[in-house]
Amino acid sequence: MGVAVRVIPCLDVDAGRVVKGVNFADLRDAGDPVEMAAVYDAEGADELTFLDVTASSGERATMLDVVRRTAEQVFIPLTVGGGVRTPEDIDTLLRAGADKVSINTAAIARPELLGECARRFGSQCIVLSVDARRVQDGPPTASGFEVTTHGGRRGTGIDAVEWAARGQELGVGEILLNSMDADGTRAGFDIEMIEQVRKVVDVPVIASGGAGKVDDFLPAVRAGADAVLAASVFHFGTLRISEVKNGLRAGAVEVR
Amino acid sequence: MRDSSAFHGAHVPRSVITCGGAGSERASRCGAAAGPVYPCRVSRIVVLDYGSGNLRSAERALRRVGADVTVTADADLAVEADGLVVPGVGAFAACMTGLRSVGGPRIIERRLAGGRPVLGICVGMQVLFDRGVEWGEETDGCGQWPGTVERLKADVLPHMGWNTVRAPEASVLFAGLPADTRFYFVHSFGVRRWELEESDVLRPPLVTWAHHGEDFVAAVENGALAATQFHPEKSGDAGAAVLSNWLRDVVG
Repeated sequence: MGVAVRVIPCLDVDAGRVVKGVNFADLRDAGDPVEMAAVYDAEGADELTFLDVTASSGERATMLDVVRRTAEQVFIPLTVGGGVRTPEDIDTLLRAGADKVSINTAAIARPELLGECARRFGSQCIVLSVDARRVQDGPPTASGFEVTTHGGRRGTGIDAVEWAARGQELGVGEILLNSMDADGTRAGFDIEMIEQVRKVVDVPVIASGGAGKVDDFLPAVRAGADAVLAASVFHFGTLRISEVKNGLRAGAVEVR
Repeated sequence: MRDSSAFHGAHVPRSVITCGGAGSERASRCGAAAGPVYPCRVSRIVVLDYGSGNLRSAERALRRVGADVTVTADADLAVEADGLVVPGVGAFAACMTGLRSVGGPRIIERRLAGGRPVLGICVGMQVLFDRGVEWGEETDGCGQWPGTVERLKADVLPHMGWNTVRAPEASVLFAGLPADTRFYFVHSFGVRRWELEESDVLRPPLVTWAHHGEDFVAAVENGALAATQFHPEKSGDAGAAVLSNWLRDVVG
Protein backbone atom coordinates (compact mmCIF):
# COMPACT_ATOMS: atom_id res chain seq x y z
CA MET A 1 0.00 0.00 0.00
CA GLY A 2 1.13 3.49 -0.63
CA VAL A 3 -0.07 7.04 -0.46
CA ALA A 4 -3.66 7.43 -1.65
CA VAL A 5 -4.64 9.56 -4.62
CA ARG A 6 -6.37 12.60 -3.17
CA VAL A 7 -9.79 13.79 -4.24
CA ILE A 8 -10.09 17.51 -3.58
CA PRO A 9 -13.23 19.61 -3.89
CA CYS A 10 -12.62 23.27 -4.62
CA LEU A 11 -14.92 26.01 -3.38
CA ASP A 12 -14.99 29.32 -5.18
CA VAL A 13 -15.59 31.94 -2.52
CA ASP A 14 -16.68 35.51 -3.25
CA ALA A 15 -16.87 37.93 -0.32
CA GLY A 16 -17.24 35.04 2.09
CA ARG A 17 -19.93 33.17 0.12
CA VAL A 18 -19.72 30.06 -2.06
CA VAL A 19 -20.22 31.16 -5.65
CA LYS A 20 -22.01 28.09 -6.94
CA GLY A 21 -24.88 26.35 -5.20
CA VAL A 22 -25.34 22.73 -4.35
CA ASN A 23 -28.26 20.42 -3.68
CA PHE A 24 -27.38 18.51 -0.56
CA ALA A 25 -30.52 17.81 1.39
CA ASP A 26 -28.89 18.12 4.78
CA LEU A 27 -27.41 21.52 4.10
CA ARG A 28 -28.94 24.56 5.75
CA ASP A 29 -26.92 27.13 3.84
CA ALA A 30 -25.27 26.06 0.59
CA GLY A 31 -23.65 29.47 0.38
CA ASP A 32 -21.69 29.10 3.61
CA PRO A 33 -18.19 27.84 2.77
CA VAL A 34 -17.64 26.67 6.34
CA GLU A 35 -20.70 24.45 6.26
CA MET A 36 -19.84 23.21 2.77
CA ALA A 37 -16.33 22.36 3.95
CA ALA A 38 -17.76 20.27 6.78
CA VAL A 39 -20.05 18.44 4.34
CA TYR A 40 -17.17 17.64 1.99
CA ASP A 41 -15.09 16.49 4.94
CA ALA A 42 -17.87 14.14 6.05
CA GLU A 43 -18.18 12.85 2.47
CA GLY A 44 -14.53 11.82 2.43
CA ALA A 45 -12.72 14.76 0.83
CA ASP A 46 -8.97 14.29 1.33
CA GLU A 47 -8.25 18.00 1.34
CA LEU A 48 -10.18 21.18 0.71
CA THR A 49 -9.31 24.09 -1.53
CA PHE A 50 -10.78 27.56 -1.24
CA LEU A 51 -10.31 29.84 -4.19
CA ASP A 52 -10.93 33.45 -3.22
CA VAL A 53 -12.49 35.11 -6.24
CA THR A 54 -13.35 38.30 -4.36
CA ALA A 55 -12.77 41.21 -6.68
CA SER A 56 -12.47 44.00 -4.16
CA SER A 57 -9.48 43.94 -1.83
CA GLY A 58 -11.61 45.52 0.89
CA GLU A 59 -13.39 42.23 1.37
CA ARG A 60 -10.28 40.12 1.78
CA ALA A 61 -10.70 40.08 5.55
CA THR A 62 -13.90 38.12 5.02
CA MET A 63 -11.88 35.27 3.56
CA LEU A 64 -9.63 35.16 6.59
CA ASP A 65 -12.67 34.76 8.77
CA VAL A 66 -13.90 31.92 6.56
CA VAL A 67 -10.51 30.19 6.80
CA ARG A 68 -10.43 30.65 10.56
CA ARG A 69 -13.91 29.25 11.08
CA THR A 70 -13.25 26.33 8.73
CA ALA A 71 -10.04 25.39 10.50
CA GLU A 72 -11.94 25.34 13.81
CA GLN A 73 -14.24 22.64 12.48
CA VAL A 74 -12.50 20.70 9.77
CA PHE A 75 -9.47 18.58 10.58
CA ILE A 76 -8.17 17.85 7.09
CA PRO A 77 -5.71 19.97 5.10
CA LEU A 78 -6.96 23.25 3.71
CA THR A 79 -5.40 25.08 0.76
CA VAL A 80 -6.31 28.69 0.05
CA GLY A 81 -5.58 30.55 -3.16
CA GLY A 82 -6.69 33.62 -5.06
CA GLY A 83 -5.13 37.05 -4.88
CA VAL A 84 -2.06 35.92 -2.95
CA ARG A 85 0.65 38.45 -3.75
CA THR A 86 3.12 38.78 -0.91
CA PRO A 87 4.78 36.70 1.83
CA GLU A 88 2.64 38.68 4.27
CA ASP A 89 -0.54 37.45 2.53
CA ILE A 90 0.71 33.90 3.03
CA ASP A 91 1.68 34.50 6.63
CA THR A 92 -1.80 35.87 7.36
CA LEU A 93 -3.54 32.90 5.69
CA LEU A 94 -1.35 30.33 7.44
CA ARG A 95 -1.98 31.99 10.79
CA ALA A 96 -5.71 31.96 10.09
CA GLY A 97 -5.52 28.18 9.68
CA ALA A 98 -4.64 27.43 6.05
CA ASP A 99 -2.18 24.55 5.66
CA LYS A 100 -1.12 25.44 2.13
CA VAL A 101 -1.36 28.56 0.03
CA SER A 102 -1.46 28.61 -3.75
CA ILE A 103 0.25 31.34 -5.73
CA ASN A 104 -0.62 32.12 -9.31
CA THR A 105 -0.40 35.51 -11.03
CA ALA A 106 1.98 37.10 -8.54
CA ALA A 107 4.58 34.43 -9.30
CA ILE A 108 4.32 35.08 -13.04
CA ALA A 109 5.12 38.72 -12.41
CA ARG A 110 7.94 37.84 -10.01
CA PRO A 111 9.05 34.18 -9.93
CA GLU A 112 11.49 34.79 -7.06
CA LEU A 113 8.44 35.15 -4.83
CA LEU A 114 8.10 31.35 -4.92
CA GLY A 115 11.62 30.80 -3.62
CA GLU A 116 11.26 33.44 -0.92
CA CYS A 117 8.03 31.90 0.30
CA ALA A 118 9.29 28.30 0.13
CA ARG A 119 12.32 29.26 2.23
CA ARG A 120 10.31 31.23 4.75
CA PHE A 121 7.31 28.94 5.20
CA GLY A 122 8.61 25.60 3.91
CA SER A 123 8.03 23.99 0.51
CA GLN A 124 5.24 21.87 1.93
CA CYS A 125 2.86 24.80 2.16
CA ILE A 126 3.58 26.57 -1.14
CA VAL A 127 1.53 25.45 -4.14
CA LEU A 128 2.16 26.83 -7.61
CA SER A 129 -1.14 27.22 -9.39
CA VAL A 130 -0.69 27.09 -13.17
CA ASP A 131 -3.60 28.16 -15.39
CA ALA A 132 -2.57 26.70 -18.74
CA ARG A 133 -4.04 26.30 -22.21
CA ARG A 134 -2.94 25.17 -25.63
CA VAL A 135 -1.32 28.03 -27.50
CA GLN A 136 -3.89 29.53 -29.85
CA ASP A 137 -2.63 32.49 -31.84
CA GLY A 138 0.57 33.59 -30.08
CA PRO A 139 4.07 32.27 -30.85
CA PRO A 140 4.28 28.51 -30.15
CA THR A 141 5.87 27.21 -26.96
CA ALA A 142 8.01 24.07 -26.80
CA SER A 143 5.28 22.08 -25.06
CA GLY A 144 2.41 23.62 -26.98
CA PHE A 145 0.95 24.88 -23.69
CA GLU A 146 1.16 28.39 -22.31
CA VAL A 147 0.47 30.00 -18.97
CA THR A 148 -2.55 32.30 -18.88
CA THR A 149 -3.81 35.00 -16.57
CA HIS A 150 -7.21 36.57 -16.01
CA GLY A 151 -9.03 33.27 -15.73
CA GLY A 152 -7.55 31.90 -18.94
CA ARG A 153 -8.47 34.87 -21.10
CA ARG A 154 -4.99 36.30 -21.49
CA GLY A 155 -2.00 34.31 -22.76
CA THR A 156 1.48 35.08 -21.41
CA GLY A 157 3.57 33.18 -23.96
CA ILE A 158 5.31 31.41 -21.05
CA ASP A 159 5.65 27.66 -21.63
CA ALA A 160 3.38 26.08 -19.03
CA VAL A 161 5.42 22.90 -18.69
CA GLU A 162 8.67 24.81 -18.27
CA TRP A 163 6.94 27.07 -15.77
CA ALA A 164 5.90 24.09 -13.66
CA ALA A 165 9.48 22.81 -13.69
CA ARG A 166 10.74 26.26 -12.75
CA GLY A 167 8.32 26.34 -9.83
CA GLN A 168 9.75 23.10 -8.52
CA GLU A 169 13.29 24.46 -8.91
CA LEU A 170 12.31 27.51 -6.92
CA GLY A 171 11.06 25.26 -4.14
CA VAL A 172 7.29 24.88 -4.37
CA GLY A 173 5.98 21.67 -2.84
CA GLU A 174 3.14 21.02 -5.26
CA ILE A 175 1.77 22.00 -8.68
CA LEU A 176 -1.92 22.73 -9.14
CA LEU A 177 -2.39 22.29 -12.89
CA ASN A 178 -5.56 23.87 -14.23
CA SER A 179 -6.47 23.30 -17.85
CA MET A 180 -8.25 26.46 -18.97
CA ASP A 181 -9.32 24.74 -22.19
CA ALA A 182 -11.00 21.92 -20.30
CA ASP A 183 -12.27 24.06 -17.42
CA GLY A 184 -16.05 24.19 -17.42
CA THR A 185 -16.44 21.80 -20.36
CA ARG A 186 -16.99 18.68 -18.22
CA ALA A 187 -15.39 16.81 -21.14
CA GLY A 188 -12.53 15.33 -19.10
CA PHE A 189 -9.10 16.45 -17.96
CA ASP A 190 -6.40 17.53 -20.40
CA ILE A 191 -4.45 14.28 -20.28
CA GLU A 192 -1.59 15.41 -22.49
CA MET A 193 -0.96 18.44 -20.28
CA ILE A 194 -0.82 16.27 -17.15
CA GLU A 195 1.56 13.83 -18.85
CA GLN A 196 3.90 16.56 -19.98
CA VAL A 197 4.07 18.21 -16.57
CA ARG A 198 4.47 14.84 -14.83
CA LYS A 199 7.55 14.19 -16.95
CA VAL A 200 9.35 17.30 -15.73
CA VAL A 201 8.42 17.57 -12.05
CA ASP A 202 8.63 15.15 -9.15
CA VAL A 203 6.59 17.19 -6.69
CA PRO A 204 2.93 16.17 -6.46
CA VAL A 205 0.70 17.29 -9.32
CA ILE A 206 -2.97 18.13 -8.76
CA ALA A 207 -5.00 17.83 -11.96
CA SER A 208 -7.81 20.33 -12.36
CA GLY A 209 -10.25 21.37 -15.04
CA GLY A 210 -12.70 19.33 -17.09
CA ALA A 211 -14.09 16.79 -14.64
CA GLY A 212 -17.61 15.84 -15.70
CA LYS A 213 -18.17 12.19 -14.86
CA VAL A 214 -16.68 9.43 -12.74
CA ASP A 215 -14.76 7.95 -15.67
CA ASP A 216 -12.86 11.21 -16.22
CA PHE A 217 -10.74 10.84 -13.10
CA LEU A 218 -8.91 7.56 -13.76
CA PRO A 219 -7.16 8.75 -16.96
CA ALA A 220 -5.89 11.83 -15.09
CA VAL A 221 -4.38 9.61 -12.39
CA ARG A 222 -2.90 7.24 -15.00
CA ALA A 223 -1.38 10.29 -16.70
CA GLY A 224 0.47 10.98 -13.48
CA ALA A 225 -1.75 13.12 -11.27
CA ASP A 226 -1.25 12.58 -7.54
CA ALA A 227 -4.49 14.35 -6.77
CA VAL A 228 -7.62 15.34 -8.68
CA LEU A 229 -9.53 18.54 -8.06
CA ALA A 230 -12.98 19.54 -9.18
CA ALA A 231 -15.39 22.31 -8.35
CA SER A 232 -18.67 22.39 -10.21
CA VAL A 233 -19.41 18.65 -10.37
CA PHE A 234 -19.23 18.56 -6.59
CA HIS A 235 -20.97 21.94 -6.12
CA PHE A 236 -23.95 20.94 -8.17
CA GLY A 237 -24.08 17.46 -6.69
CA THR A 238 -23.50 15.88 -10.14
CA LEU A 239 -20.89 13.67 -8.52
CA ARG A 240 -20.27 12.70 -4.94
CA ILE A 241 -16.75 12.33 -3.65
CA SER A 242 -17.44 8.70 -2.75
CA GLU A 243 -18.49 7.97 -6.35
CA VAL A 244 -15.23 9.39 -7.67
CA LYS A 245 -13.28 7.32 -5.15
CA ASN A 246 -15.19 4.16 -6.03
CA GLY A 247 -14.41 4.78 -9.68
CA LEU A 248 -10.72 5.14 -8.94
CA ARG A 249 -10.76 2.09 -6.68
CA ALA A 250 -12.30 0.05 -9.50
CA GLY A 251 -9.31 1.09 -11.60
CA ALA A 252 -6.94 -0.29 -8.93
CA VAL A 253 -6.02 3.17 -7.67
CA GLU A 254 -5.49 3.50 -3.93
CA VAL A 255 -7.89 5.94 -2.32
CA ARG A 256 -8.73 6.72 1.27
CA MET B 1 0.48 -4.87 5.24
CA ARG B 2 3.02 -6.88 7.25
CA ASP B 3 1.16 -6.78 10.54
CA SER B 4 -2.40 -7.41 9.59
CA SER B 5 -3.16 -8.03 13.23
CA ALA B 6 -1.41 -4.84 14.27
CA PHE B 7 -4.48 -2.92 15.22
CA HIS B 8 -6.72 -4.22 17.90
CA GLY B 9 -8.82 -3.14 20.81
CA ALA B 10 -12.06 -1.32 21.15
CA HIS B 11 -13.83 0.48 18.40
CA VAL B 12 -13.19 4.21 18.60
CA PRO B 13 -16.43 6.12 18.25
CA ARG B 14 -16.66 9.03 15.89
CA SER B 15 -16.96 11.47 18.75
CA VAL B 16 -13.94 10.61 20.81
CA ILE B 17 -14.19 10.74 24.56
CA THR B 18 -10.98 11.34 26.43
CA CYS B 19 -11.72 11.10 30.09
CA GLY B 20 -9.13 9.67 32.46
CA GLY B 21 -9.78 8.72 36.06
CA ALA B 22 -12.59 10.34 37.99
CA GLY B 23 -12.38 12.44 41.09
CA SER B 24 -9.44 14.75 40.48
CA GLU B 25 -9.41 18.23 41.92
CA ARG B 26 -9.93 19.50 38.40
CA ALA B 27 -12.84 17.19 37.79
CA SER B 28 -15.13 18.56 35.15
CA ARG B 29 -17.85 17.37 32.88
CA CYS B 30 -16.84 16.44 29.43
CA GLY B 31 -17.55 14.04 26.61
CA ALA B 32 -19.61 14.13 23.46
CA ALA B 33 -22.51 16.51 23.67
CA ALA B 34 -25.09 13.90 22.76
CA GLY B 35 -23.55 11.00 24.65
CA PRO B 36 -23.22 10.16 28.32
CA VAL B 37 -21.46 12.71 30.51
CA TYR B 38 -18.54 11.50 32.61
CA PRO B 39 -16.83 13.34 35.41
CA CYS B 40 -13.18 13.40 34.41
CA ARG B 41 -9.82 15.01 34.79
CA VAL B 42 -8.95 17.28 31.90
CA SER B 43 -5.33 16.98 30.81
CA ARG B 44 -3.38 20.22 30.64
CA ILE B 45 -1.39 20.16 27.41
CA VAL B 46 1.19 22.70 26.30
CA VAL B 47 1.86 23.06 22.58
CA LEU B 48 5.39 24.41 22.44
CA ASP B 49 5.47 27.69 20.58
CA TYR B 50 8.85 28.13 18.99
CA GLY B 51 7.78 29.83 15.78
CA SER B 52 6.84 26.73 13.80
CA GLY B 53 3.73 26.79 11.65
CA ASN B 54 0.98 24.41 12.61
CA LEU B 55 0.50 25.40 16.26
CA ARG B 56 -3.14 26.35 15.95
CA SER B 57 -4.01 23.12 14.14
CA ALA B 58 -2.46 21.12 16.94
CA GLU B 59 -4.17 23.28 19.52
CA ARG B 60 -7.60 22.86 17.90
CA ALA B 61 -7.23 19.13 17.39
CA LEU B 62 -6.17 18.53 20.99
CA ARG B 63 -9.03 20.67 22.26
CA ARG B 64 -11.39 18.66 20.07
CA VAL B 65 -10.44 15.50 21.97
CA GLY B 66 -10.94 17.17 25.31
CA ALA B 67 -7.57 18.58 26.37
CA ASP B 68 -7.05 21.93 28.08
CA VAL B 69 -4.51 23.42 25.68
CA THR B 70 -2.06 26.30 26.08
CA VAL B 71 0.20 27.42 23.24
CA THR B 72 3.28 28.90 24.85
CA ALA B 73 7.08 29.04 24.94
CA ASP B 74 7.11 29.46 28.73
CA ALA B 75 9.59 26.88 30.02
CA ASP B 76 7.94 26.41 33.41
CA LEU B 77 4.51 25.85 31.91
CA ALA B 78 6.01 23.52 29.31
CA VAL B 79 7.82 21.46 31.95
CA GLU B 80 4.88 21.31 34.33
CA ALA B 81 2.06 20.49 31.87
CA ASP B 82 0.57 17.01 31.94
CA GLY B 83 1.66 16.60 28.34
CA LEU B 84 3.91 18.55 25.96
CA VAL B 85 3.37 18.60 22.20
CA VAL B 86 6.30 19.60 20.00
CA PRO B 87 4.97 20.44 16.54
CA GLY B 88 7.12 21.33 13.56
CA VAL B 89 6.95 22.11 9.87
CA GLY B 90 9.52 23.27 7.35
CA ALA B 91 13.24 22.61 7.51
CA PHE B 92 14.99 20.54 10.19
CA ALA B 93 17.69 23.17 10.74
CA ALA B 94 15.19 26.01 11.08
CA CYS B 95 13.13 24.00 13.55
CA MET B 96 16.19 23.17 15.66
CA THR B 97 17.17 26.84 15.70
CA GLY B 98 13.68 27.78 16.82
CA LEU B 99 13.55 24.99 19.37
CA ARG B 100 16.92 25.97 20.88
CA SER B 101 15.85 29.62 21.08
CA VAL B 102 13.15 28.66 23.59
CA GLY B 103 15.28 26.07 25.41
CA GLY B 104 13.29 23.25 23.83
CA PRO B 105 15.86 20.44 24.11
CA ARG B 106 16.29 21.18 27.83
CA ILE B 107 12.52 21.33 28.38
CA ILE B 108 12.15 17.94 26.70
CA GLU B 109 14.97 16.44 28.77
CA ARG B 110 13.63 17.76 32.05
CA ARG B 111 10.21 16.34 31.26
CA LEU B 112 11.57 12.94 30.25
CA ALA B 113 13.75 12.78 33.37
CA GLY B 114 10.51 12.98 35.33
CA GLY B 115 8.69 10.55 33.05
CA ARG B 116 6.39 13.31 31.81
CA PRO B 117 4.88 12.71 28.35
CA VAL B 118 6.16 14.46 25.22
CA LEU B 119 4.65 14.06 21.73
CA GLY B 120 6.59 15.20 18.66
CA ILE B 121 4.72 15.80 15.41
CA CYS B 122 6.28 15.78 11.90
CA VAL B 123 9.52 17.78 12.11
CA GLY B 124 8.79 17.77 15.84
CA MET B 125 9.43 14.02 15.62
CA GLN B 126 12.44 14.36 13.35
CA VAL B 127 14.31 16.70 15.72
CA LEU B 128 14.14 14.04 18.45
CA PHE B 129 16.70 11.99 16.49
CA ASP B 130 20.48 12.46 16.48
CA ARG B 131 20.76 14.49 13.31
CA GLY B 132 19.11 15.76 10.17
CA VAL B 133 20.75 16.01 6.76
CA GLU B 134 18.97 18.35 4.34
CA TRP B 135 20.62 19.42 1.11
CA GLY B 136 24.05 18.33 2.32
CA GLU B 137 23.80 20.32 5.54
CA GLU B 138 24.00 18.28 8.73
CA THR B 139 22.27 19.59 11.85
CA ASP B 140 22.34 18.11 15.33
CA GLY B 141 18.96 17.11 16.70
CA CYS B 142 17.89 16.50 20.30
CA GLY B 143 19.51 13.06 20.30
CA GLN B 144 16.76 11.23 22.15
CA TRP B 145 16.97 8.41 19.61
CA PRO B 146 19.90 7.37 17.42
CA GLY B 147 19.41 7.84 13.72
CA THR B 148 19.48 10.27 10.87
CA VAL B 149 16.69 12.20 9.18
CA GLU B 150 17.43 12.26 5.47
CA ARG B 151 15.73 12.65 2.12
CA LEU B 152 13.46 9.75 1.23
CA LYS B 153 14.08 7.84 -1.99
CA ALA B 154 10.77 8.08 -3.82
CA ASP B 155 9.54 9.08 -7.27
CA VAL B 156 7.35 11.88 -5.96
CA LEU B 157 8.35 14.14 -3.06
CA PRO B 158 7.09 15.64 -0.81
CA HIS B 159 5.27 12.53 0.36
CA MET B 160 1.96 14.36 0.55
CA GLY B 161 -1.33 12.76 1.38
CA TRP B 162 -3.00 9.91 3.23
CA ASN B 163 -1.04 6.73 3.82
CA THR B 164 -1.35 3.59 5.90
CA VAL B 165 1.04 2.58 8.66
CA ARG B 166 2.23 -0.72 10.14
CA ALA B 167 2.00 -0.49 13.90
CA PRO B 168 3.28 -3.11 16.32
CA GLU B 169 0.68 -5.09 18.17
CA ALA B 170 1.40 -3.47 21.53
CA SER B 171 0.99 0.05 20.16
CA VAL B 172 -0.98 2.39 22.38
CA LEU B 173 -1.25 5.25 19.88
CA PHE B 174 -2.88 3.08 17.21
CA ALA B 175 -4.99 0.92 19.52
CA GLY B 176 -8.49 0.35 18.20
CA LEU B 177 -7.76 1.60 14.70
CA PRO B 178 -8.22 -0.77 11.73
CA ALA B 179 -5.06 -1.71 9.81
CA ASP B 180 -6.15 0.17 6.70
CA THR B 181 -6.56 3.49 8.54
CA ARG B 182 -4.85 6.35 6.71
CA PHE B 183 -3.06 9.37 8.16
CA TYR B 184 -2.03 12.63 6.53
CA PHE B 185 1.67 12.97 5.79
CA VAL B 186 3.57 15.86 4.29
CA HIS B 187 7.35 15.57 4.32
CA SER B 188 10.33 14.88 2.06
CA PHE B 189 12.70 13.74 4.77
CA GLY B 190 12.39 10.89 7.22
CA VAL B 191 14.11 8.24 9.29
CA ARG B 192 14.90 5.40 6.93
CA ARG B 193 16.69 3.12 9.40
CA TRP B 194 15.93 2.48 13.04
CA GLU B 195 19.38 2.37 14.61
CA LEU B 196 18.69 1.70 18.25
CA GLU B 197 20.37 -1.56 19.20
CA GLU B 198 18.35 -4.09 21.07
CA SER B 199 19.08 -4.40 24.73
CA ASP B 200 18.28 -7.13 27.22
CA VAL B 201 17.62 -4.68 30.00
CA LEU B 202 15.72 -1.87 28.28
CA ARG B 203 12.25 -2.20 26.93
CA PRO B 204 12.59 -1.51 23.19
CA PRO B 205 10.59 1.40 21.75
CA LEU B 206 7.63 0.50 19.58
CA VAL B 207 8.34 1.59 16.02
CA THR B 208 5.57 2.06 13.45
CA TRP B 209 6.53 2.10 9.77
CA ALA B 210 5.03 3.53 6.62
CA HIS B 211 6.04 3.18 2.98
CA HIS B 212 6.60 5.77 0.28
CA GLY B 213 9.22 4.67 -2.21
CA GLU B 214 10.82 2.92 0.76
CA ASP B 215 10.06 2.21 4.40
CA PHE B 216 10.44 5.03 6.91
CA VAL B 217 9.54 5.56 10.55
CA ALA B 218 5.96 6.79 10.91
CA ALA B 219 5.76 6.78 14.71
CA VAL B 220 7.74 5.87 17.79
CA GLU B 221 6.40 5.04 21.24
CA ASN B 222 9.09 4.99 23.87
CA GLY B 223 7.72 5.33 27.38
CA ALA B 224 7.00 9.00 28.00
CA LEU B 225 8.40 9.98 24.62
CA ALA B 226 6.20 9.46 21.58
CA ALA B 227 6.19 10.94 18.11
CA THR B 228 4.49 10.74 14.74
CA GLN B 229 5.81 11.68 11.30
CA PHE B 230 2.25 12.22 10.09
CA HIS B 231 -0.01 15.03 11.24
CA PRO B 232 -2.65 13.65 13.62
CA GLU B 233 -4.10 17.16 13.84
CA LYS B 234 -4.82 17.03 10.08
CA SER B 235 -5.81 13.38 9.88
CA GLY B 236 -9.51 13.78 10.58
CA ASP B 237 -11.13 11.23 12.90
CA ALA B 238 -8.17 8.84 12.60
CA GLY B 239 -5.84 11.54 13.89
CA ALA B 240 -8.27 12.43 16.65
CA ALA B 241 -8.24 8.78 17.75
CA VAL B 242 -4.42 8.81 17.94
CA LEU B 243 -4.40 12.03 19.98
CA SER B 244 -7.15 10.65 22.17
CA ASN B 245 -5.17 7.45 22.77
CA TRP B 246 -2.14 9.52 23.67
CA LEU B 247 -4.11 11.69 26.09
CA ARG B 248 -5.84 8.79 27.76
CA ASP B 249 -3.14 6.14 27.89
CA VAL B 250 0.17 8.02 27.83
CA VAL B 251 -0.65 11.34 29.49
CA GLY B 252 -3.28 9.63 31.69
